[in-house]
Amino acid sequence: MSIREEQVSMPQQDPEKRVENFDEVPLGYDAEAAIAEAERCLQCDPAPCIEGCPVGINIPKFIDEIRNEKFQEAIDTIKESNNLPAVCGRVCPQEEQCQEVCTLGQSFEPVSIGRLERFAADWERKHGQVENSVDNEEDGRIAVVGSGPSGLTAASDLRHLGYDVTVYEQFHQAGGVLVYGIPEFRLPNEIVAREVENLRETGVDIETNKVVGRLFTVDDLLEGNRVDQFDAVFIGTGAGLPYFLNLPGENLNGIYSANEFLTRVNLMRAFKFPEYDTPVKVGDRVATIGGGNVAMDSARTALRLGAESSMIIYRRSEDEMPARDEEIQHAREEGIDFRLLRNPKRFLGDDGEVESIECVEMELGEPDESGRPRPTSVEGSEFDIPVDTVIMAIGNAPHPLVTRTTDGLETGEGGTIKTDEGGKTSRERVWAGGDIVTGAATVIRAMGAGKTAAGDIHDWLCQKDS
Amino acid sequence: MKKIIEKKKVGEGVREYKLSAPLIAEASKPGQFIVLRLHEKGERIPLTIADADKDEGTIKVVVQSAGKSTVQLNREFEAGDEINDLAGPLGNPSEIENYGNVVVIGGGVGIALIYPIAKALNEAGNQVTSIIGAQTAEKLFYQDRIGGVSDRVIVTTDDGTAGKEGFTSDAFREVLETEEVDRSWAIGPVMMMKACQEVAADYDTELVVSLNTIMVDGTGMCGGCRVEVNGEAKFACVDGPEFRASDVDFEVLAQRTRTYEEEEECALSQYLEGDEE
Repeated sequence: MSIREEQVSMPQQDPEKRVENFDEVPLGYDAEAAIAEAERCLQCDPAPCIEGCPVGINIPKFIDEIRNEKFQEAIDTIKESNNLPAVCGRVCPQEEQCQEVCTLGQSFEPVSIGRLERFAADWERKHGQVENSVDNEEDGRIAVVGSGPSGLTAASDLRHLGYDVTVYEQFHQAGGVLVYGIPEFRLPNEIVAREVENLRETGVDIETNKVVGRLFTVDDLLEGNRVDQFDAVFIGTGAGLPYFLNLPGENLNGIYSANEFLTRVNLMRAFKFPEYDTPVKVGDRVATIGGGNVAMDSARTALRLGAESSMIIYRRSEDEMPARDEEIQHAREEGIDFRLLRNPKRFLGDDGEVESIECVEMELGEPDESGRPRPTSVEGSEFDIPVDTVIMAIGNAPHPLVTRTTDGLETGEGGTIKTDEGGKTSRERVWAGGDIVTGAATVIRAMGAGKTAAGDIHDWLCQKDS
Repeated sequence: MKKIIEKKKVGEGVREYKLSAPLIAEASKPGQFIVLRLHEKGERIPLTIADADKDEGTIKVVVQSAGKSTVQLNREFEAGDEINDLAGPLGNPSEIENYGNVVVIGGGVGIALIYPIAKALNEAGNQVTSIIGAQTAEKLFYQDRIGGVSDRVIVTTDDGTAGKEGFTSDAFREVLETEEVDRSWAIGPVMMMKACQEVAADYDTELVVSLNTIMVDGTGMCGGCRVEVNGEAKFACVDGPEFRASDVDFEVLAQRTRTYEEEEECALSQYLEGDEE
């Protein structure tokens, strides 16, 4: 039997319809499609895809299980390494990880590992047996600060090792960037809520509305000062402090950070205002500054909120865009207008409201320290783009509250926390992982860091007691 | 869920709530705020902590009916009811030390917010003059409470129905005219704080203002609260809420506060209409 050269396509919502709603865009494989895609896997041994996965999922094994219609076994295999498969199957950049090194991909399209992972996770949500009981209690209490991807992963792994785990989340809802940042049409909050609920059922205590760094400090957690005492603390507070360009006029009304814009819509449900109390303002002409996934999310969200035109302004060309190809493609299908090699110089307004962006044309030069061609402005090429709303999606700095309030915690450039390979910080009994250590990166990298730190904490606790 | 222990009318459209929040009460310092969310569909609203009782495990907030959420809270929520979410304490505390002779100015609902600062300054050994002002006598409150932690209280009303006729900034000028002041605080409407800064500048004295801006998270994540301080964008939630008044661009502050005027009106009128049916 010859191997199918192309991936089995996944049905998705029609672009014209989906810009009017917040429902998921890709609809997922059905069993038949999943089995057909699983049949494409060459079952390599050793398998490069496992190496390509930041959490080391046994990919050939779960794919083979799907091929044999053993869906429960498939999800169990994934969950040995990944506690959030429904999330990762949707938002992981598989094309740069497992799928990039897929042997089949050298000749044809690689196996769509991400879609298969999502299929297995969705199958479990509909039909599966979620096994949430955890026994073999170990002696040890761990506090996890932040309930984003790294925190949830660390919490889950430590709990499954048998420890007593408490997660502190500052928002009223757990999930971190998965619920405040990533839009419904890419990752429904309900899916994250379900994963969080599963974690709760395993016995992890998730405490929302607890702002570590203000309500109590990491030292309070270590010493049991006003709160329960913990043997170790894992800090996974993420990259939550939005950057601005510090350009003239940036504080005009109508200019949002992507964080604010997306939080209002995703976490606070402003797309249902006034049924929900939180408003968001979207004018007819919306410009998003930046070229990452967050920029795509913002521009596409603006369209769904009724913008007549939604554009991306990015200073390099499409080749350098950090966004996933799939996200760029989805944005294009929906009619997002890409204004590439353009950079804002200042924001102009009237009566406090933004009215236009003065931009300059850019050209690409020699590679800079990021390895991408350095953009330089073309002299005298200034021009105005009329806008009603601007969204700044140029990245986020590490969240400052915990680092500022924890003495002796060594930090690196831009306020990231320094750790060793196991995630251990300069402070005794304190680990960290995710965007707070690396600066803004991906969900799966953060999960990988949570996993590594959980293992390291476990090793340390075992040694301590022996 | 956080329980309302007590609700009191303190002025026209102004209610004081005592909330059960033992951890926040223990951690909170003067000048800090909380964010609360009334119900599952509610917005996150920042409110300055007006008092904290560590022994009792309670905090107080004072709420003036303005937009939908504050109107709903003041109308529908009574003692015994529960508020969905409460997070805090947030923001940097006031810098309290013995400066010598200090003036603390509160306008409108800001009167409630100067109480913990006046109290802490008083305990630190300062000579405290409190100036409190409202549009009219009916809207004044906390006179005795603030009197209890101040060496002197000066009351002003715009219409002269209580205390001196005029603005708090006028009373501030009179004080500065007659004595040396080491440091002052002003909390209230943007225009009042701006007027106070104009007076402070005339006498070359340092004034601190506490900025109540638009916020979502209150922990540095949204940037909705950004203000121009010394020509730089600062986040009121993590860099403030207190700033030196001479550094604050009050025009930008006033303009950004107006961002959601239309939406606020829409939400409030829908809410009030729903109430009539």
